[in-house]
Amino acid sequence: MASELNKLTIGEASSKLRAREITATRLTRDCLDRIAAVEPKLHAFITVCEPEALEQARAADARLAAGNAPALCGIPLGIKDIYATSRVRTTCASRILENFVPPFDATVIERLRADGAIFVGKTNMDEFAMGSSTENSAFGPTMNPHDTARVAGGSSGGSAAAVAAHECLGALGTDTGGSIREPASFCGVVGIKPTYSRVSRYGVVAYASSLDQVGPFARSVRDAAIILRTLAGPDGRDSTCSARPVPDYERALTGEIKGLRIGVPREFFVEGMQPEVENSVRAALDNYRSLGASTVEISLPHTGYAIAAYYLVATAEASANLARYDGIRFGLRVNAEDNIALYESTRAKGFGAEVKRRIMLGTFALSAGYYDAYYLKAQKVRTLIRNDFERAFEKCDLIVTPVAPTTAFKIGEKMNDPLTMYLSDIFTISLNLAGLPGMSIPCGHDSNNLPIGMQLIAPPFAEETILRAGDAFERTGAFKPRSPAV
Amino acid sequence: MNREAYEAVIGLEVHTHLLTRSKLFCGCSTTFGAGPNENVCPVCMGMPGVLPVLNRRAVELAIRTGIAAHCEIARYSIFDRKSYFYPDLPKGYQISQYETPICKGGYIDLPAADNGEPRRIRLTRIHLEEDAGKNIHGENFSLVDFNRSGVPLIEIVSEPDLRSAEEAGAYLRQLRAILRYVDASEGKMEEGAFRCDCNVSVRKRGAKEFGVKAEIKNLNSFRFVEDAIEYEVGRQIEVVEGGGRVAQETHLWDPARRQTRPMRSKEYANDYRYFPEPDLPPLIVPPELEEQVRSSMPELPADRKARYVRELGLTDYEAGVLVADRDVSDYFEATLPDLKNRKSAANWVMTEVLRVARDSAEPFADAVPPAREVGALLRMVEEQKISLNAAKTAFAAMVEKGKGAEATVAELGLAQVSDEGAIAAACDKVLAAEPEKVAEYRAGRDKLFGFFVGAVMKAMGGKANPKVINEILRAKLKG
Repeated sequence: MASELNKLTIGEASSKLRAREITATRLTRDCLDRIAAVEPKLHAFITVCEPEALEQARAADARLAAGNAPALCGIPLGIKDIYATSRVRTTCASRILENFVPPFDATVIERLRADGAIFVGKTNMDEFAMGSSTENSAFGPTMNPHDTARVAGGSSGGSAAAVAAHECLGALGTDTGGSIREPASFCGVVGIKPTYSRVSRYGVVAYASSLDQVGPFARSVRDAAIILRTLAGPDGRDSTCSARPVPDYERALTGEIKGLRIGVPREFFVEGMQPEVENSVRAALDNYRSLGASTVEISLPHTGYAIAAYYLVATAEASANLARYDGIRFGLRVNAEDNIALYESTRAKGFGAEVKRRIMLGTFALSAGYYDAYYLKAQKVRTLIRNDFERAFEKCDLIVTPVAPTTAFKIGEKMNDPLTMYLSDIFTISLNLAGLPGMSIPCGHDSNNLPIGMQLIAPPFAEETILRAGDAFERTGAFKPRSPAV
Repeated sequence: MNREAYEAVIGLEVHTHLLTRSKLFCGCSTTFGAGPNENVCPVCMGMPGVLPVLNRRAVELAIRTGIAAHCEIARYSIFDRKSYFYPDLPKGYQISQYETPICKGGYIDLPAADNGEPRRIRLTRIHLEEDAGKNIHGENFSLVDFNRSGVPLIEIVSEPDLRSAEEAGAYLRQLRAILRYVDASEGKMEEGAFRCDCNVSVRKRGAKEFGVKAEIKNLNSFRFVEDAIEYEVGRQIEVVEGGGRVAQETHLWDPARRQTRPMRSKEYANDYRYFPEPDLPPLIVPPELEEQVRSSMPELPADRKARYVRELGLTDYEAGVLVADRDVSDYFEATLPDLKNRKSAANWVMTEVLRVARDSAEPFADAVPPAREVGALLRMVEEQKISLNAAKTAFAAMVEKGKGAEATVAELGLAQVSDEGAIAAACDKVLAAEPEKVAEYRAGRDKLFGFFVGAVMKAMGGKANPKVINEILRAKLKG
């Protein structure tokens, strides 16, 4: 009979590993067995790293036996396939990188390795992180573990689904406009997008450099805090990475939020929102008040411009970031009679429709004569959005909103309507534009048993506030996430 | 065609490698001559996920150059991405500086040309950027070497202040001298470390407005710059004289045919889609950093020239020749410590040393004997141990065989004899052998004195100290 160690939280597993009640090998084996059982239904992984993971597990067991191992030693994680991992291919869910094996590790991969974490596989995603449903993966979509006819969210859908379905204990995602928070919400797990610059981006395949941020998925706030602590901190290889010291996030989880001032932005409770989503978030706010927090209505007046600004800034940066996939040095090459034809045929074959759409949009936005009207204007909007938040945080310590206007939608439902798809990120995108930290935690279910997520937002580098408030909510037991149907 | 009725208006954009050990955004070596793709890493190969980290030394060298060229150093500047597709450009964009260069304004003074005035050429800007790799084309394949990818460059842009091909050449030489003095660049053209784009137009002499300019791209030697400008100015005057209009286009110089030819618009009509590089924070140069660089500046050619005139008593011309090349100037100074006569050392370096350097294919330092040996040789002349002619013979042998001054003089037996007894004996012999000439001299034929000196010198095998011969002969002939 399976021991089902894969259902443990990271906190629980870590204690048992260090007490030598369980082994990393057993824990990893259970995750791999679970992967083998559910992957045909979920497709959360692009590449499963069974032999590598078991080898890492053996090394972790040796280290655990020696004592003094870090908290993540022996913990099986899923890694979004956007992180450079030496010896294991990094596809970014694109044909153009289908067989690309990086010659180096991303900084966060290096840090997790140093702590003895185990990588069970590379998770599915929207191609180059462009999408909100993981349907843009060149290798097929990821199904939601709560209802396999529905999307897992995106772009980090594979990581969210894998954690929800107990294929691993935690995972890494990236968030450019909501790509951690929206799938966390859809799959009923915790997902954190830290402050921009809190975590090194070195070795993370770039989509939109000024918006991309690395973050963890987990099944509890505490677990997410444990992973984040290893990820965060200065990196000499990323000049945009903050030099601020990293607090011990776990110590912030006091359960004490008396006096916390919670802002509720009126612009985030809009017409057309699924009523169950609003109800769940409002119920959570009641809960916070009962814990001694106060709520105050605030306004973020430029929220309505966020999506437009995002799709100019993100696509402009992407158009340059993706220029390196030219068939010359690595990845797919489709030969042709000259350079230009080689680029054209390689990129035509290698990129999917959404990636091409965003490259064209960004190229256009940066073209001579349009720069001021589009890119520059969008940057000004960004400043206005940042100012909105700064003003709001004069009145409150934390902002609470829904993560997405709806719960997980049906696979295929929005694929032919990119603009509707873009609206899935309406509540998450402004944080990336402002560089703020945000977390999605489960706060309810809709009538179809689909998870609903609540978003906690704090000022730059106030991750501790988010974690404390999220953990306090979990402790009330007001809402117990259900195990997925799979 | 009346060329004299026109004047050329020229602005130059010079790209030169900075002398850093590592590349602009990664730790790879900048050494020239490594095997293909040996000096590369994921960063300068543009691998997915990599990020640039700015080289501090490159920033300091750019600031040094800016200070030397009297620029304003920007407190705040940013890097931009310049996008275009080319196989040698790994990221599909070059990290450069567009709207906010690190150095603004400034000027370079040119010494007066023959029968002319000194000229001040204003600079528009100096900015930092990374170089691309190099394509190598075979018959039916192409290869790319990324060793050069990411090597730091500065681009120095002048105002359209130059008025002739010669002036452009003088500007480039002056610029190169400055770059070498501040250790910013070696200005080695053969290694692709120097490239120049020229903007050229012509107008009627005295006209205020500029003519339509053409750009000549990618010239990699001073000579090509001068030739291309000369050709292009002539071509444009012909077009205008013929009633035509100069087309605003980009040209390439064909050194074999000694002509410019327009590039196809496809070859240069890029929309570079500049936007701020999000992977690099703004480059902030606090006043303390500028001050630190300023206080560590080496002596610049203009200052050194003034010092030579003031302290060493050299003429303006002599000082100018010596400081034109930092290697030569440093060499000259290294000959000085034990010498009293600085002027003769200057002359020696300007004539003997520079001739040897010119005739050699080797770099200056390898072509000429060590400066301290030349100093030792000149000291022997000063101390009258050897004659000036003997010194020239010895110098040639030192160049040839590579031995030191003392050893060479000894080996060739060039030491002068100053022993009065020996010289007096030789004088006696000569006078005894020529009684008639002695009589004629004493009767007033002064010119014969030279004959006696020559005869004594010959008898002494050319090694006698001529001053001593003179004294003894004069005394004896009075007799």
